Amino acid sequence: MSFLEIRNIRKKIGSVEILKGIDISLEKGGFLVLVGPSGCGKSTLLNAIAGLLPPSSGDIVIDGQVVTDLHPSKRDIAMVFQSYALYPNMTVEENIAFALEMRGVDKAGRAKAVAQVAKTLQIEHLLKRRPSQLSGGQRQRVAMGRALVRQPRVFLFDEPLSNLDAKLRVEVRAEIKALHQNTHATIVYVTHDQIEAMTLATKIVVLKEGIVQQVGTPAEIYNRPANLFVADFMGSPAMNMLKGRVVAGGIQLFGAGGQGVTVKIPPSVTTSIPEGSQVVLGLRPEAISDQGSADAAAAASAHIDAQVMIVEPTGSDTFVTGKLDGTTFTGRARAETVVEPGQTFRFVFNLDKAVVFDPESGSRID
Amino acid sequence: MSAAPETISAGSARFTRFFIYGALIILAIVYLLPLYVMLSTSLKSLDEIRGGDMLALPTDPSIAAWMKAWGEACIGVSCVGIKGYFWNSIKMVVPAVVISTLLGALNGYVLTKWRFPGHKLVFGMMLFACFIPFQAVLIPMARLLGLMGLSNSTTGLVMVHVVYGLGFTTLFFRNYYEAFPDELVKAAMIDGAGFFKIFWRILLPSSGPIIVVTVIYQFTNIWNDFLFGVSFSSGEASPMTVALNNLVSSSTGVKEYNVDMAAAVFAALPTLFVYVVAGRYFVRGLMAGAVKG
Repeated sequence: MSFLEIRNIRKKIGSVEILKGIDISLEKGGFLVLVGPSGCGKSTLLNAIAGLLPPSSGDIVIDGQVVTDLHPSKRDIAMVFQSYALYPNMTVEENIAFALEMRGVDKAGRAKAVAQVAKTLQIEHLLKRRPSQLSGGQRQRVAMGRALVRQPRVFLFDEPLSNLDAKLRVEVRAEIKALHQNTHATIVYVTHDQIEAMTLATKIVVLKEGIVQQVGTPAEIYNRPANLFVADFMGSPAMNMLKGRVVAGGIQLFGAGGQGVTVKIPPSVTTSIPEGSQVVLGLRPEAISDQGSADAAAAASAHIDAQVMIVEPTGSDTFVTGKLDGTTFTGRARAETVVEPGQTFRFVFNLDKAVVFDPESGSRID
Repeated sequence: MSAAPETISAGSARFTRFFIYGALIILAIVYLLPLYVMLSTSLKSLDEIRGGDMLALPTDPSIAAWMKAWGEACIGVSCVGIKGYFWNSIKMVVPAVVISTLLGALNGYVLTKWRFPGHKLVFGMMLFACFIPFQAVLIPMARLLGLMGLSNSTTGLVMVHVVYGLGFTTLFFRNYYEAFPDELVKAAMIDGAGFFKIFWRILLPSSGPIIVVTVIYQFTNIWNDFLFGVSFSSGEASPMTVALNNLVSSSTGVKEYNVDMAAAVFAALPTLFVYVVAGRYFVRGLMAGAVKG
C-alpha cells in the first residue's frame, strides 16, 4: 500500500497551468526524487504536498488520510528549504526546538529531543550559536535537525544542496543518503541535478512543463528512458541521439551523406518497425567505447570508424567525440587511450544498451 | 577594495582627504552654530544678552533661566512654566510612536507575507497618505475628533498622529519585509506557528534596524509637530511645541531671550536624546546586516 499518494493534482496560477494532472504514489520509507529543468513545476508540487500552495484540484493522501485541505502544520510533515530558512533571531537550539514549542512540548521534553537530534547530526557544539555564525554545511545540518526533531510522517527537501560548494555537496548528499538508510524516513526530494536524483532516489519522477514524463527506479530511468526528453535530461554527458532509418536487416545510421552504416536493431526493440520509418537511436556514452574496453559479452555491437573531433580526458575516463557524415557522438574510452583530434578512430557501439525512439512522438519504441 | 587604485599618488590622496575633512568640519560648524547660540544665550543673564555679543561665551553661567522656563515662565495667563506641556508631549508621543510603529509593522507583514487580492491597491492608497499635506486634513479631522468626543485631548492627538503616521510606517516596514525571506514564514507555518506567532517570534525580532528608523522618524515628526498640536488642542492640553510658541509670544514687558532659549532647548532635548541613543543601534543594525551571509 502506498504511504504518500498524489492524485491528479492540477495547479493554475493566473491563466497558466503549472501542474497538469500529476499522479504519483510512494511506499513507506521510500525516497522520491522530483527532477526536471527549472520551471517544470517540481517546487510547486512540493509546496502543494507541504500545504503552502493549495492545488487547484486533486488530492494528496498521507497514510490513508486526505490532507489536501489541512493546514501545513497539521499534515505532520517537515520541510528543508533551499535557503535553509533558519530563524536568524534564534540560536540553533531554539531553531530546532521551535516546532516542538509550538506544539506545546514542555521544556524538558524539548531539551531531550534537541540533544538527541544534535547527537545524530553531530552539531552538539553549535547549539548555542546563531545561524549567522554557521558555515553553509552547518546551516544545512541544522535545517535537517529542525526537520528530524519532529519525527514527521514525510520529509520534504527543496533543493537542499544547491547552495553548497561542489565538494560539500557530495558530502552532504552522502549524509542524506545515510540518514535515509538509518531512519527509514519517507522523503520527497526536489532537485534539478540529475546526479543527485540518481544517487539518492529509490524512485525518480521526471517532470517537464507540469507533466510527468516517467516514473521509475534510477536504473529504469537511466537505462530505459520513456522518451527523448528523459533520455537527454538524465545522464552526463548526455545520451547520443543518432538519427536513422529502418532498412532491411537493421537501422541505417549516418545516412545523410551517402551509404551510411547499418546496425542491427537493438534487442530492446521487440516489436517490428516498418521498413523506411525514421527512428532515433539512443546510446549512452559508455555504450560507445574503444575496442579495448568494449563489452566482449555484448550480443549486438557495431564497429564504426569516425573522425575524432574532441578529446576530453577526465582522469578516470577519456571522452572522445567523433563525427561521421555531419553527425557527432560522444563515446567513453579508457583513460590511457591516446588519440588526437583529426585522427580516425574505431568506435565500438554496444547495441545491447541502445534504445530506439520515435522522432515524431519522442517516445521509446519497445 | 583589494586592488587599490595605484594611479592616485599619495600626495594627491592626502590633499583629497584634507579637502573632504575641511569641508565637513566647516559644514558641521555652520550647523552647530545655532545650537551653540541657544545654549550660551540660555546660560547668560539678560544684561549680558543686551550687551550685544551673540557669539561670546557667558561670563557668569547660570541655570536660572532654565529653572524659570521649566517651572515659572508665563504661558498665556498661567505662569507655571513648560513642564506640564513637556509631559503632555511625552504622553502624546510615546503612545503615538508605539502604536503607529506596531501597526505599520503589522501592515507591512500582511502586505508582504499574507498577500490578498488587491494588496497592491491598498498599499498604493496607504502610500498616497504620505503625500497628503497636513493642512488638507485639518477640517475633516477636527470634525471626526468632535464626533468621537476626543477634541482638545491628548488621546485625540495620539489618534491624529497614528493615522497620519501610518502611511509612512507601513511604507518602511513593507519595504523591509519585502526583502525578508518568504521561506522563513513558510518554515514557521510548517512548524505550527500561527499568524501572530510568526509576526511576534520571527519577524519582529528580526526588524531591529527598521524599528529604530521608524521610531526616530515618527518620534521626531510627532514631537516637532506644531500644526496638529495648535489645531486640535488648546490651553492646558497643548503639546510642547505649541507651549513654546505661546511662551515666546506672551510678553510681560521684557523679552526674556535666555528663558526662551532655555525652553527651546527643553523642546529639542527629547529628539536629540532619541537620536543619540537609538542612532547607535541604527548604525549597528545596518552593520550587522552588511556582514551577514
